[in-house]
Amino acid sequence: MNEVPLTHILFVSTALFFIGMYGLFTRRNLITMLMSIELMLNSVNINFVAFNKYLFPDKLDGLFFSLFIITIAAAEAAVAIAIIINLYRSHQSIDVDDATEMKF
Amino acid sequence: MNTSTIIFYAIAALILGAAILAVTTLKIFRSAIWLLFSLVGIAALYFWMQVEFIAAIQIVVYVGGIVVLIIFSIFLTQQSGKEMDKPATGKMIFSALAALFGTAFTINLISHYGFNNISAAPFNPSVDEIGMQMLSTTSHGFILPFEVVSMLLLAAMVGCIVIAMKPTEANIVHLNKKED
Repeated sequence: MNEVPLTHILFVSTALFFIGMYGLFTRRNLITMLMSIELMLNSVNINFVAFNKYLFPDKLDGLFFSLFIITIAAAEAAVAIAIIINLYRSHQSIDVDDATEMKF
Repeated sequence: MNTSTIIFYAIAALILGAAILAVTTLKIFRSAIWLLFSLVGIAALYFWMQVEFIAAIQIVVYVGGIVVLIIFSIFLTQQSGKEMDKPATGKMIFSALAALFGTAFTINLISHYGFNNISAAPFNPSVDEIGMQMLSTTSHGFILPFEVVSMLLLAAMVGCIVIAMKPTEANIVHLNKKED
């Protein structure tokens, strides 16, 4: 179990975070951008659980942080999808380049 | 190199491979399915770390909730078989460079930090332990964020319904009257 050092788990979550960032930079479609944000949130969750397990196994605070992050991510995804559907209704498109009325 | 180590690297490869495909594939429905695989891989990583409760929550909320919601909204808003436009080459190169440099920088920091306070105390993330601490009102309990998050979920639910609701004729008339 402890053969895998903590740093290797952190490498995985770092790579996952930057993959999500790459997706956020290159995608122009709101739904795929939302997917990239979900990937980034998940990488943070992995970090919390790994730190909790390896460095502070006598406490459970990291697990609670992951639980609350998962809850808030669910609420965020629901609100984002409501906004996307509303945007689609008014613009017939969910491309970020098509919704520029409020751009300065 | 024992079985547990091999399983960890297999799970890591699954997570990262599926995530890369999810952000690069041009068909939006395939992207959602690759995201699903990546999230299942993360749940497997939680099982590997022996935090079964978080793994179960991950499967229930992400795989069963958010991905289904995303697929649902894909079907509502576009033709799922159509390919999306390729991102501009310059933007792709610069985003990839930014991601690569960020990854290299952070990995460099992590590998030089050397976590030397690894504790060997027993780790007990059982469901009754989590439940007792979450609803405890002592100084180490999490009852206040628990209640606040429940209010947040209620507010998000009401907000979603209001945002996505189609305005009815009666509502429009009512709003116009208000403006006059």
